[in-house]
Amino acid sequence: MNPWPFVVGAYAIMGIGMAGIAGVSWRAMRRAERAVEALRRR
Amino acid sequence: MAPAYHNYGAWGEPARLWLESRASIDYPGCAVPILHALANPARFLKLARPLTPLCFWCGVVLALIGCWAGLTRTPPDYLQGDTVRILYIHVPAAWLGMAGWGGLAVASFAYLVWRHPLAAIAARAMAVPGALFAALCLVTGSIWGRPTWGTWWQWDGRLTSMLLLFFVYIAYIALARADADRGGDGRIPAVFGIAGTVLLPVIRYSVVWWHTLHQGQSIGLTGSTIAPSMLWPLWFTLSGFTLFFAAIVLMRMRAALGLQKAEARMRRMAAA
Repeated sequence: MNPWPFVVGAYAIMGIGMAGIAGVSWRAMRRAERAVEALRRR
Repeated sequence: MAPAYHNYGAWGEPARLWLESRASIDYPGCAVPILHALANPARFLKLARPLTPLCFWCGVVLALIGCWAGLTRTPPDYLQGDTVRILYIHVPAAWLGMAGWGGLAVASFAYLVWRHPLAAIAARAMAVPGALFAALCLVTGSIWGRPTWGTWWQWDGRLTSMLLLFFVYIAYIALARADADRGGDGRIPAVFGIAGTVLLPVIRYSVVWWHTLHQGQSIGLTGSTIAPSMLWPLWFTLSGFTLFFAAIVLMRMRAALGLQKAEARMRRMAAA
């Protein structure tokens, strides 16, 4: 059995998971901090 | 200038009273004042703003170096061949799935004992990345199992206890959300967070208690059974993914604090 499709698949899933959670967390943080800044400027 | 506790947002008056009650207590030579000092959201944010990108980029670089070295600079295993390269992502995922719950339990304990306003936020911020790493551990382990064991899944002690930890994370996330929605004070999720730690020794010793399909312990406090020529990239991925996890937790804590602050400000504006 060729192991490389399994290795590449595992690394790809890990990469997608990391990128996904980083993107979602970064967006949530920026949105919340922008809301605070906007309210402070009012 | 606004007082230091103005950033407590929704925690408002109780947080201010809590801080003032602590200010009169002296703990010479003890780590507790550091914890209390960090429980001030303004001080925490001052630290978290530079630490977030630092942890994130250091984590990404270390993890990438570890993955590259694990894929190209280590020899294949004499039995498993190249499939063993999944080790460099599977072990950090397992470590962070368990360490995430450990951190969540410590934060829950700090919240219950000292009522640190930030502790409950920290516990909730660790739940989603912890659940993700537990899920990634299960998925990468399953992918590793297919060519090695000939099966995607087995109701083995280690696999089943890790799956239980994933379900416990999901239950915690649902419970914490329900508690916040009904205006709870966060004590029920905190108790659940501490109770869930019973799973950690079960996962750790599952390969000792039940001799099933999953291999025994390869890395311990006193050494490792893995050859040094294969082991070294693991330290890069372990430290890299740990720093990445810390950055994600900081981002989620900053998001939660920002939301609370915005809500408190809107309430004050509506009341004025």
